[in-house]
Amino acid sequence: MDEIAVAIEVNGSSRRAHVESRLTLADFLREECGLTGTHLACEHGVCGACTVLLDGQAVRSCLIFAVQADGRQVTSVEGLTPEDGSLSPIQQAFWNNHGLQCGFCTPGFIVSVEALLRDNPNPTDDEIREGLSGNLCRCTGYQGIIKAVREAAGN
Amino acid sequence: MKAAAFTYHAPSSIAEAVALIATHGEEAKVLAGGQSLVPMLALRLARFDHLVDLNRIDELNTIEVIGDALVIGAMTRQSQVEKSDLVATSVPLLAQAVQKIGHFQIRNRGTIGGSIAHADPASELPAVALCLNATMELAGPQGSREVPAGDFFVSVWQTAAATDEILTRVRFPLAPPRSGAAIEEFALRTGDFAIAGAVSSITLTTDGLIADAAIAFMGMGATPLRASSAERALVGATPDEVDLTAIARIAVEDTEPSEDIHASADYRRKIATGLVERTLVQALKEASRG
Ligand SMILES: Cc1cc2nc3c(=O)[nH]c(=O)nc-3n(C[C@H](O)[C@H](O)[C@H](O)COP(=O)(O)OP(=O)(O)OC[C@H]3O[C@@H](n4cnc5c(N)ncnc54)[C@H](O)[C@@H]3O)c2cc1C
Ligand code: FES
Ligand code: FES
Repeated sequence: MDEIAVAIEVNGSSRRAHVESRLTLADFLREECGLTGTHLACEHGVCGACTVLLDGQAVRSCLIFAVQADGRQVTSVEGLTPEDGSLSPIQQAFWNNHGLQCGFCTPGFIVSVEALLRDNPNPTDDEIREGLSGNLCRCTGYQGIIKAVREAAGN
Repeated sequence: MKAAAFTYHAPSSIAEAVALIATHGEEAKVLAGGQSLVPMLALRLARFDHLVDLNRIDELNTIEVIGDALVIGAMTRQSQVEKSDLVATSVPLLAQAVQKIGHFQIRNRGTIGGSIAHADPASELPAVALCLNATMELAGPQGSREVPAGDFFVSVWQTAAATDEILTRVRFPLAPPRSGAAIEEFALRTGDFAIAGAVSSITLTTDGLIADAAIAFMGMGATPLRASSAERALVGATPDEVDLTAIARIAVEDTEPSEDIHASADYRRKIATGLVERTLVQALKEASRG
């Protein structure tokens, strides 16, 4: 199968690889870059576990092929974490409010909430719920996650 | 699950895209936002040897008013339309409808052209296009042509566009003065496809009578559907005197909902009756404000 050369800026550093056109951006991050923070559950757009920022916009990385991201900037959950290994304010708020249990859905939530609060720093409760509707969690029942977003927003 | 292997093409102009599709024929498929196509590829419900990605064609990403229409390029993202002041003021119904599509992450990728070309009968934009008499502009090897929304939606996921044509632009007539429009839908959770929904648009005469009415349903048949008997019953009526509950019942008689795991046909008719009445109340209220 033909492989295509791509250069993608991932969390600030340039990553070059030859990839099959059918390789998703999620698999590129996990397998080519070793960034396994981006999780895959449904792999068809329903659950949001694979959410990353593409040129700053939250998108599902299982629905984009790596070849489509050639020349673009990608931020995964690893890129939202301070270099010293401490937690970002949003991650800390999830920790403080039992916003996670098994943690499988958490990277997708963290990335989505990052975009949500950047575009709307003081969301109402309805806006928080609407903003989280694209991410599924099978453990928490969502209440802790909603509290975490409120705390991260300073409400 | 992973998509089957394909050859990737990333043209940078409409002409190049049309030529690629002409070369590869039935084995080629257009890739827009990928929010419907990529899941189908991943689930192996569909498989194509060639994908022609429209994402690098800048001339397809436009929002502008030309003459009496709002013209939107097929690759304009749903989120761009959602945030556009031009859309909100010139065709407010479109701005309202786009917000109801999926979740913000979906709207960041999903396109206006993709929603209309995909022609899912439960989706918002085909119903809006039908209600507002939008026009689809297509480009193919024989040149370009236009298809009115009334002739565009053929069946579930099927349109009047030939396999070698791409949708380039959609023209929505500007909302006239003294008009109002509304969309209402019912879904089990925010962002899910609607079980049923309705869209209405009403224009009043300077004397406050109903000059024009358009009603379209989603999720109530194999395509979005217009309710022409109910529309005729509204034209010429005085808003305060018209029995909207009766009109809603007439409107639903023009639909042919099916039964699936989400709802029975009868349940769909019941909720659609309530939803269409709500859209008529809102559309009239807005129209009477000017
Ligand atoms: C979790 C989730 C929830 C969703 N919820 C909703 C919802 O509530 N309402 C709703 O309406 N949609 C919903 N969608 C679908 C979404 O709106 C899609 O974006 C849309 O249906 C297709 O647009 P796209 O740009 O992603 O097209 P793609 O997925 O790239 O393409 C879809 C189809 O249209 C064809 N096509 C696309 N563009 C063109 C063109 N310019 N010319 C010719 N053919 C073209 C493709 O070949 C393909 O067959 C949801 C999707 C997901 C994943
Ligand atoms: S893994 Fe991408 S949305 Fe579920
Ligand atoms: S914490 Fe387990 S799925 Fe969300």
